[in-house]
Amino acid sequence: MNHRIHRYTLINYCGDFMNFKQIVHQEKKDYNKLLSDKTAIMVGSATCGNSAGAQIVKEVFEAELSEVECEIIEVGCIGLCYAEPIVLILKPHQPGVFYGNVNKKRARKIAQSHIIQDTPLPELALGTWGLGEIKGLSPIFEQKPLKMQERRILRNCGFIDPTNIGHYLAQDGYSGFVKTLQMQSSEIIQEMKKAGVRGRGGAGFPTWMKWQLCLDSKQETNYLICNADEGDPGAFMNRSLLESDPHSVLEGILIASKTIGAEKAYIYCRAEYPLALERLKIAINQMKSLGFLGENILGSGFNLEIEIKEGAGAFVCGEETGLLASIEGERGTPRTRPPFPTTEGLFGKPTVINNVETMASVALIMQQGADKYSKVGKGESKGTKTFSLVGQVKNTGLIEVPLGITLKEVIFDIGGGLIDNGEFKAVQIGGPSGGCVPSQHLDTPIDYSSLLDIGAMMGSGGMVVMDQGTCMVEVARYFLEFIQKESCGKCVPCRLGTKQMLDILTDITIGKGTEKDLDLLPDLAEAIKIGSLCGLGQSAPNPILTTMRFFSNEYQAHIEEDVCLARDCTEYIKYVIDPELCDGCMACLKSCPLEAISGSKDEVHSIDLLKCVKCGTCLDLCKKKKNAVLLMNKS
Amino acid sequence: MADLNIILSNYEGKKSDLIPLLQEIQSEFGYISEELMQQVSRFTGVPESEIYGVATFYTQFRFTPKGKKHISVCTGTACHVTGAKQIIEGIERYLNIKEGETTKNGEYSLESVGCLGCCSLAPAAMVNDEIKSKLSLRIINKLFKEYEPSDS
Repeated sequence: MNHRIHRYTLINYCGDFMNFKQIVHQEKKDYNKLLSDKTAIMVGSATCGNSAGAQIVKEVFEAELSEVECEIIEVGCIGLCYAEPIVLILKPHQPGVFYGNVNKKRARKIAQSHIIQDTPLPELALGTWGLGEIKGLSPIFEQKPLKMQERRILRNCGFIDPTNIGHYLAQDGYSGFVKTLQMQSSEIIQEMKKAGVRGRGGAGFPTWMKWQLCLDSKQETNYLICNADEGDPGAFMNRSLLESDPHSVLEGILIASKTIGAEKAYIYCRAEYPLALERLKIAINQMKSLGFLGENILGSGFNLEIEIKEGAGAFVCGEETGLLASIEGERGTPRTRPPFPTTEGLFGKPTVINNVETMASVALIMQQGADKYSKVGKGESKGTKTFSLVGQVKNTGLIEVPLGITLKEVIFDIGGGLIDNGEFKAVQIGGPSGGCVPSQHLDTPIDYSSLLDIGAMMGSGGMVVMDQGTCMVEVARYFLEFIQKESCGKCVPCRLGTKQMLDILTDITIGKGTEKDLDLLPDLAEAIKIGSLCGLGQSAPNPILTTMRFFSNEYQAHIEEDVCLARDCTEYIKYVIDPELCDGCMACLKSCPLEAISGSKDEVHSIDLLKCVKCGTCLDLCKKKKNAVLLMNKS
Repeated sequence: MADLNIILSNYEGKKSDLIPLLQEIQSEFGYISEELMQQVSRFTGVPESEIYGVATFYTQFRFTPKGKKHISVCTGTACHVTGAKQIIEGIERYLNIKEGETTKNGEYSLESVGCLGCCSLAPAAMVNDEIKSKLSLRIINKLFKEYEPSDS
């Protein structure tokens, strides 16, 4: 790629629209060649793919195919995390084939059989892609996990090299930005209004209005900040997008900055996302080489500089004013609003703060038009939304669905239901600010208002599925523990209130809860909701309120009957060995980290309850053998 | 040993430089010592107390050296429901240290961190910069064996 950028720079591409068209034309030709005339191996190597072994798989292909003419490309994540590492094989005049769960051995087999001998391996494949048929395989986008999705924001993820700006240009990348160069700010805002795009960070504030408010403050210097401080536990949509298609976000940043007249934009990204940061840096350098950044961009007179700020690990910095304080070099404590950042933001100047997915949506709207964007969605919730679908669900991964789809469709059709045929209990949506939705509300459509009606919220897009083995009191305690740790300590209701709520919940989960606690919790929750300074505190009670509303029986069981219905809270449970089933194989005895199991070969074993830390290793081990280890309530 | 002056020369000493500066110092020196903090204070003109206030606010900053292998166990929601707590306890038992501590020989340190963003591979942990996925108590022992120096 480097040679190409060099070539463009030499022909002095800056400021010439004809050249832009020529370059796009050439890139499209090259990309199509890659898809149809060459043998290409696309290895999904975002963080999820890499940690499942994608780099090793790539090395195997490189070694096996050193004599074969082909291109091995690292691409982003197609979102089917349960099947990582995923490899897409493209051969001329054949449909592409996706292989899942590729390991060293399979990679060798695929290289030898599919690539060298031209015999695809349907038994190892997930499905086909593109025109044509292969016996025994169906097109991957016709299969349930992908069929019900509407991939727009994620359209390029898994199909382009995120470190190659040419691949993005070949997908009409930056054409949206080029359009805006001939538009007035008011026209761009009008287009956003028509599209009906709302902030994807969670609150759902109309994007056009934020931009308008910033323009209305009529000051000379404005700033744009892209919020990539994705701190919600259970959410990784932004990481995946930044790793798989960073230019789509950067194009959105260009468009937004142009609209509000910002000459400096910041990307505030978590330091815990090293790969996303690396790919962003590469992408920004490529933009500079092509003249999409810097002074007088494409001869339009518009200047922009983008700076990456690494977040230092504080959840509250996802809150707008906390984020501003952090960039200014302060403790990231939020402040009262108004003044809102759109009038008084970074360094006191009007500032628009938009989420990563919002930026990618903006680029998409300018590329394809507002009408196309707003065609999907429901009521006031237009477009699509990405979610990370995780927990006890079969098909974990990153998904993108049209707003208005029901939770049931997402969990059971796209997600494929629960693992080990478990029974659904709840889905946690919206992170620590959201709530747990039980099975009777699974028909709720996913849109901004319907979720609020049942006490949850859209949030940034984390969706954690839980089965009957998850204790809802413990889940609420977990979120409170998180919030309490992350509370910045500035305002009293949040600092002390969340601590009190956490103490009460901890008491309940360790068998010290009382009847009074169940009255005290809602009172405290209400006070914290009303009295807290920022969104973190105001929404902190949500996990408690929704679990108390839908799972009050579990709270009562802990307190009144001294049992944990889910058999999850360690204080309430014990592991015992069923003497009828145990055949004395010694496996659990050897694996117990605390040597709490006694017995000898071919004799029934027993667990010393005083030594046992209830880690569950023995149960996991015996499940597949004799199933002699039982998990039961203490009382 | 890294040279603080070379790091400082990349910055103007503005207040907004403070966090990136501390980040760079930590990545070079491994942690932020009292002495380094004093020098940053002289460079930026921000009082030491305030720098300490800022640094302790963010979980990224450390004030003690970490082990050669730094283990960060993810405690995001997905990891929590799949047993992150057991994983931490298991590692604590194995290394005979508590979360936040470093082993006496300086080989390992352990901490729990917020969501690492690989929820579909839960429970997960990061060892230095490498993600280890789908952990279980049984594979922890295996994991540590992998790290044992071959001569011991």
